[in-house]
Amino acid sequence: MKGLLKFSNVTLRRGGNLLFEDLEFELGPGERLQVMGPNGSGKSSLIRLAAGLLRADRGQVDAAELALAGDHVALDRELLLRHALGFWGGSVEQAMVALHIDHLAEVPVRLLSSGQIKRATLARVAASRAPLWLLDEPLNALDTDGRKRLGALVERHIDDGGAVVAASHQALGGEWRKLELKP
Amino acid sequence: MIAALIVRDVRRGFTGAAWLPIAFFLLVATLVPFAVGPDARLLGQVGPGVLWIAALTAALLPVERLVEPDRSDGVLDQLAVHGVAEESIAFAKIVAHWLTFGPLLLLAAVPASALLALDAGSLWKAELALAIGTPGLASLVVAVAAVTAGLPRAGSIAGLLLLPLAVPLLIFGAANALLLEAAVSLLLTAGGPFVAGAAIRAVRT
Repeated sequence: MKGLLKFSNVTLRRGGNLLFEDLEFELGPGERLQVMGPNGSGKSSLIRLAAGLLRADRGQVDAAELALAGDHVALDRELLLRHALGFWGGSVEQAMVALHIDHLAEVPVRLLSSGQIKRATLARVAASRAPLWLLDEPLNALDTDGRKRLGALVERHIDDGGAVVAASHQALGGEWRKLELKP
Repeated sequence: MIAALIVRDVRRGFTGAAWLPIAFFLLVATLVPFAVGPDARLLGQVGPGVLWIAALTAALLPVERLVEPDRSDGVLDQLAVHGVAEESIAFAKIVAHWLTFGPLLLLAAVPASALLALDAGSLWKAELALAIGTPGLASLVVAVAAVTAGLPRAGSIAGLLLLPLAVPLLIFGAANALLLEAAVSLLLTAGGPFVAGAAIRAVRT
């Protein structure tokens, strides 16, 4: 089957520092990859490269249609959560149930806690129909229940033939391929 | 997605402070009679130019909330991930900004012209020039907002950047040279999305 994400000989420099050189990997349907490494090793940059938001200094990145959840909320604060998520489309109601924020649907985004915001950004990814999920530090601000729900969502996405890349230095539930970035 | 983005930006414009530039516009127009005196003939002579100066300075007010909030909040990134070209984002922002600025300005020009003792004929001409020039002005403001997004003291830098670039609009608008005004406005309207789009890509980190 066709790969969903492919890095070919990718080199990236940020602010004069070499983050990684000749990085090469491929991710197909049903695969999940955890990008590990200490702070500043380039985990987030790798996610942004995969999302097409950064350009590699050398090499090529090919990605299928994707959904991204990072640090940035990208939800209009003055809107009700349902409408703020609705702007980005997809099956919002199901995604809110899956992350147990459906009872907050009528609450303005600005009143949500950081954990609830994190769930909302993950709900945007879950609502999308993109085969490739890019998650930057998905566990930040999530409680035990949130982690469990995220784990279940990832399992289901993998079973449906999707792929997930998660950047995190913490243990994610389940079996992950590991990619260790050097400091 | 473009239509949704325009609707969103218009909604944010009106729930934000769309009236603020308009109030500023009227305030500048009010100051002029105090500054040059109540001589109706003199006011009538400088009136069209004053309307344009008021419009340019008023256009500066919203410059910091047009692009920067969406950049820092990751909205621009998410739009890119959803496959929306930066030029299309910029185009949507220009349309939305004009909708929240242009019609209100044209409306506010009526009381402003009364303050400046413009007769009905001059008011009509000024309205026409403003209607032709404001799309170009909106495009320029969004482009400058994108270029200065993320910079410290972006508002002041935007002023230094915007006002000189708006001089052709001011000259032809105040002189009521409508064809030249239309040409400048068209150039700015057509070029704005590409400048703003390139700037949005460039400030991405």
